[in-house]
Amino acid sequence: MRVVEKRQLLSAEEIDRTLQRLAHEIVEKSGGTKDVALIGVRRRGVPLAQRLAKYINGFAHVEIPVGTLDITLYRDDLSTVAAHPIVQSTEIPFVVDDQDLVLVDDVLYTGRTARAAMNGLFDLGRPKRVRMCVLIDRGHRELPIEATFIGRKITTADTEIVEVRLQEIDKEERVMLVDRVD
Amino acid sequence: MTSAVPIPLKPVPQHLRHLLGIEPLTAEQIIQILDQAKPFQEFQRHPLKKLATLRGKTVALAFFEPSTRTRISFATSAARLGADIMNLQAESSSLKKGESLIDTVWTLEAMKPDGIVIRHAASGAADFIARRVDIPVLNAGDGTHEHPTQALLDALTIRDRKGRLDALNVTILGDILHSRVARSNIHLLSKFGARITLSGPAMWVPRELECLAPNIHREPRIEKALAEADVVIVLRVQSERINEPPISLDDYILRYQLTPERLRLAKPDAIVLHPGPMIRGLEIDPSVADGPQSCILEQVTNGLAIRMALLFQLVSGAAPDAPHPAKENLA
Repeated sequence: MRVVEKRQLLSAEEIDRTLQRLAHEIVEKSGGTKDVALIGVRRRGVPLAQRLAKYINGFAHVEIPVGTLDITLYRDDLSTVAAHPIVQSTEIPFVVDDQDLVLVDDVLYTGRTARAAMNGLFDLGRPKRVRMCVLIDRGHRELPIEATFIGRKITTADTEIVEVRLQEIDKEERVMLVDRVD
Repeated sequence: MTSAVPIPLKPVPQHLRHLLGIEPLTAEQIIQILDQAKPFQEFQRHPLKKLATLRGKTVALAFFEPSTRTRISFATSAARLGADIMNLQAESSSLKKGESLIDTVWTLEAMKPDGIVIRHAASGAADFIARRVDIPVLNAGDGTHEHPTQALLDALTIRDRKGRLDALNVTILGDILHSRVARSNIHLLSKFGARITLSGPAMWVPRELECLAPNIHREPRIEKALAEADVVIVLRVQSERINEPPISLDDYILRYQLTPERLRLAKPDAIVLHPGPMIRGLEIDPSVADGPQSCILEQVTNGLAIRMALLFQLVSGAAPDAPHPAKENLA
């Protein structure tokens, strides 16, 4: 299978502006930063959560706690995957009980990652509230899950793939829409 | 305008089907297992120690030889991953009635477990089973051959405390001849360039052990054997494995017990491991067992992490020849 790039969805500059806006929205809709903590979903949700925390610190002058969640053990498709996935560490250096958590991920698609992430979070405690922040919402949900904070909403075909490339992981910064070609 | 974007192929690690011993593993495979145990070490500190990862899977525990800690460790690991357990114990009646090993295992297999953990008094039993069943086999100790999960949990403990596995001076004390733990540890640590010194009563430290791997030495005097040691592994005196002890227990204590005075001959930051069950006052002085250099209880906790990592890796997936689903990512 080949993959062909169809178009660029966000440039580096647009990613940055979007994240700054999302940082403001999180503080605005939370009525401040009290008990707010960000949980980055591995892998690309992690640098996004760190950047959001940095921007929030920039204007609200508050250090928002940031955690990292690996959802591998909570996937619902393990028994159909022949190649064994690797479990990464979950690092949440604070108690999630009674926290106002925002799950951060790059793309919201079927909602299954968000479902797995919530299961993972609830194994660690009982947060007061869990909301979700994504850079791209591409539709095609298979579960009743929606994000509260959305960078860009786009319409996609099921065969297409939204590729988020971030400096910290991919050494480049942009979001592309690509398509599979057989 | 469209342009082809090359997608980099992910490196496919060499997947294990069974865990039969340490000897056939590569250093890379060992590192991969240790790395995979890391998140499961953190998991043991969670308030809610229950995953649904292996929900609907069944792990058969076939212990043809009495075992407490290894069986409980495997059972707990499987339970924390959400798997169900089939438990066969050494005392159970079919074994007493004379059923053969393979018939017992085939009977268990017919109940459709997704993996089998086996302990047996015969060396090679796990390998024998693996060739005759269609499910992953995990060796929980076969005769005097290997006890791979023990060596892996020891390696995890050593790497955590020392920050490395490479080029360590390792001293193993006691009944090495009858110890599958010692054999698995020798195989594992040798793959990382360890210099291994074996010490104990001559009958328990035969010359043939030097052939297991390069850089193995025998040293009958414990004081010399401990010099420069980074890691000291104390073995249990397995009185049930020998009919005629070559040495009286009093003599053993006098000549080979790991005492604080003797431990001082090792490097100041040396660590002490013991696979258990430990008999205080026999092979080890209680103040060493409870001292700051002892890792004995860490080993037990790390055993859960290693066994969870292995069960996850070997039991979670579909059969190796299952078609790969089109949608690899959940995103």
